[in-house]
Amino acid sequence: MSDKVILEIARYSPERDAEPSFQAFEVPFRKEWVVLDALNHVKDTIDGSLTYRWSCRMGICGSCGVMVNGEPKLSCATFLSSYARNGNRVRVEPLRYFPIVRDLVTELSGFLGKLKQVKPWLIAKDEPPLSQGEFLQTPEQLEEYRQFSMCINCTLCYAACPVVGLDPQFVGPAAIALAQRYNKDSRDAGATDRTAVLAHPEGIWGCTFVGECTRVCPKHVDPAGAIQQYKIKAALDWTKTLLMPWNRRKPEDAGSAAAD
Amino acid sequence: MQQLTKVPLYTEYHPRWYRPRVSVYWWLGQWQYLKFILRELSSVFVALVVVMTLLQLRALRNGPEAYAKLQALLKSPAVLVVSVVSLFFVVFHTITWFNLTPRAMPLRVRGKRVPEWLVAASNYAVWIVASGLVAFLVLRSQ
Repeated sequence: MSDKVILEIARYSPERDAEPSFQAFEVPFRKEWVVLDALNHVKDTIDGSLTYRWSCRMGICGSCGVMVNGEPKLSCATFLSSYARNGNRVRVEPLRYFPIVRDLVTELSGFLGKLKQVKPWLIAKDEPPLSQGEFLQTPEQLEEYRQFSMCINCTLCYAACPVVGLDPQFVGPAAIALAQRYNKDSRDAGATDRTAVLAHPEGIWGCTFVGECTRVCPKHVDPAGAIQQYKIKAALDWTKTLLMPWNRRKPEDAGSAAAD
Repeated sequence: MQQLTKVPLYTEYHPRWYRPRVSVYWWLGQWQYLKFILRELSSVFVALVVVMTLLQLRALRNGPEAYAKLQALLKSPAVLVVSVVSLFFVVFHTITWFNLTPRAMPLRVRGKRVPEWLVAASNYAVWIVASGLVAFLVLRSQ
């Protein structure tokens, strides 16, 4: 007889339930299966009403994040065998701290609003004419922000961050790391535009450096590092303006200087 | 203070979304969270050690009698217990923060990032040298 694993999946039907409950499904245990394969098996062969997000199944789209035994994980990149042997139980829940729409599907509009707030795009102050050619960047300039550009918006870091749970207004790890991705880009001049959101009690100063965001990040973005580095920069900038108020940069040229 | 206005302080009323509540005991469920809370708590004991040191300095200034009196108080069992607990938390505070330093201060030498362990190791090196210096000064006088 082939090996089996019991999947305990959080179910929530907005029409029927007042709160989520767990439903157990017996699935075959195959060592090459990831958690997403097991979810697909349940949906295909046992209960077609099971609802969850997934797309690329290769750790790129960032849509299949769930809690596996209490840990935020991409279900496409988490082997069942890491959590269970024959007869074991594996718990699958929606990502923590997000409102639940149905079963494993979380509501992301809050996160997307925060993401938009930090203006995660290149802001050019003086756009040179096309005739000047492309923006050249040295490998060192690329290395400055490359790590932060790996973010796939999977929101695992939000599910790992207790500050997000306790203070829903906190801008959060991924949005701040993405702001840093653009702040540190040599082509960007929007650092001052982002300061109002970042150097704010709900921005970097909301972070208490639990460090879990970095630990769970499947793309090794290190949002905790991005936040602490911005804290140091913001504190230094503040001290500079306090000590030398006459040296305060004009808004129009501050962006390019801060992005250096 | 400037208010962030773009994300409203409320979200629209969606009666069918389930909004989980965060338990007051969220920090007990996972070792990493508990470690974080202990690290935050350790600041209280760091402050306590600073206050103790300041009291000792004051007693030193007030003469041998006052110093002997404070020494006697510091040797009482209750204060000894507090001192042992404080020592544990101060060491915990130091180690956890030393290990977090490379995350907050990524160093680059000639365009290459210095390995994280090296940044942390330099902290420990300074700690050992400083402790050795203090031990030398204290033990020499005895």
